[in-house]
Amino acid sequence: MTRSELIDKVNEVLIEEFEVDGSLITPDAPLLATLDLDSLDLVDMVVLVEQNFGFTVKAPDFANIKTFNDFYNLIQERTTLQVVA
Amino acid sequence: MNKRVVITGMGIYSCIGKTLDEVAESLYLGRSGVIFDPARKAAGFRSSLTGTVEKPNLKGVLDRRERICLSEEASYAYIATRQAMEQARLDSDYLENHEVGIMYGNDSSADAVVSSVDVIREKKDTTLVGSGAIFQSMTSTVTMNLSVIFKLKGINLTISAACASGSHTIGLASLLVRSGLQDIVVCGGAQEINMPAVGSFDGISAFSIREDEPARASRPFDRDRDGLVPSGGAATVIVESYESAVRRGAPILAEILGYGFSSNGDHISVPNVWGPVRSLEMAVKASGINLRDIEYVNAHATSTPVGDTNEAKALNQVFGSVNPWVASTKSMTGHEMWMAGASEVIYSVLMMQRGFIAPNINFEHPDEDSARLRIPTQTIQSGFDCFLSNSFGFGGTNSSLVVRKLNSKK
Repeated sequence: MTRSELIDKVNEVLIEEFEVDGSLITPDAPLLATLDLDSLDLVDMVVLVEQNFGFTVKAPDFANIKTFNDFYNLIQERTTLQVVA
Repeated sequence: MNKRVVITGMGIYSCIGKTLDEVAESLYLGRSGVIFDPARKAAGFRSSLTGTVEKPNLKGVLDRRERICLSEEASYAYIATRQAMEQARLDSDYLENHEVGIMYGNDSSADAVVSSVDVIREKKDTTLVGSGAIFQSMTSTVTMNLSVIFKLKGINLTISAACASGSHTIGLASLLVRSGLQDIVVCGGAQEINMPAVGSFDGISAFSIREDEPARASRPFDRDRDGLVPSGGAATVIVESYESAVRRGAPILAEILGYGFSSNGDHISVPNVWGPVRSLEMAVKASGINLRDIEYVNAHATSTPVGDTNEAKALNQVFGSVNPWVASTKSMTGHEMWMAGASEVIYSVLMMQRGFIAPNINFEHPDEDSARLRIPTQTIQSGFDCFLSNSFGFGGTNSSLVVRKLNSKK
């Protein structure tokens, strides 16, 4: 899987789970505000990551995630899926 | 203050219909909603019989947060409540600006609990149950969710009283309205339909095993009954003061005259005669009517050997020579348990409005006690103005409601 394919997959699961307009998702857009996530929704983000990308994120992991791009980087770094540069 | 209490809206999601018209037709035709579910047999159930309803698809109807917090039974209750509010002409503006309450009967949310525990056991991580699990898992799942979705601002309370939950809910709400503490209370009962909810009930051999004839398995009062058939869905009744209904121009479907209740103080599962007698007598006394005015009794009778016998004895003792029609709609629906007390008020009001009495299907051979009751085996083409609805539950909790057409001349 390429990074581009990974980004497509991440966007796809976020759009499906959080029912957000896909055109609002850009690499520099703010993740939480764009997806309109509150503290309860972050619990579902943990579930979504575990089910789709094979690892468990913890609350502190989100501290450094501001944009979608930050999120893609986290997923790429820790996913059990095979991602090529 | 002693206000008159009326019903201004009804909504139903049951195995014999998902609208009032569908349900009325099923009642008229004596149509059963019971099926054989092979998954139960594969899972080790003694009985695979159940009432069944489809799981509603609420995507596009409710937003994501609202949907993921709804348990199975709360989703049924949402559909039923939307119908009832529409009939009662309660719109979002009214709900936003008035103190409308909600009281709903529910006594389990087993599937949500079991699903969560399965995840925790497998993953060893509680976060992975997701954010909706806690709001689905609590017994108050219906009232906590519907009060948020419909923005209700009055009393917000779940009643858990086993198979009398729905009936006690309407009775207690009627007391709040009668006393002037609430003008409108959204009432009802909800019942999940899944294996975790009824596995332990199946385990005590309470269910019929007439599996080769699902539609003939639930046979209240019949000599050859061999147990109940579990069922479910949801039923909502809008309970309102007469003044409020008139002020709002809401349709008045019936008047709640009286509520009786009692506890057997006896056995955990075996009902007795004296407890129900006290509940019946209290409801009739509270109604201020003559026993003779009650023309139809919607019996609790679930098709269990002892339960039906003892209810028949209680009815014979209370009504004696008055001899109203007595029938159990559970012959068609199965036992809707936490929902039953509310759904059976709706079934009875539908029959009262439309001028017929549904048959107690599968009543083929009376036993000694049911032989003394006037039980219809075919649809009776005759109207009635007043009925009594019985609901009894484990632990010996009893509830009886008396409901009449508004301004009946009888």
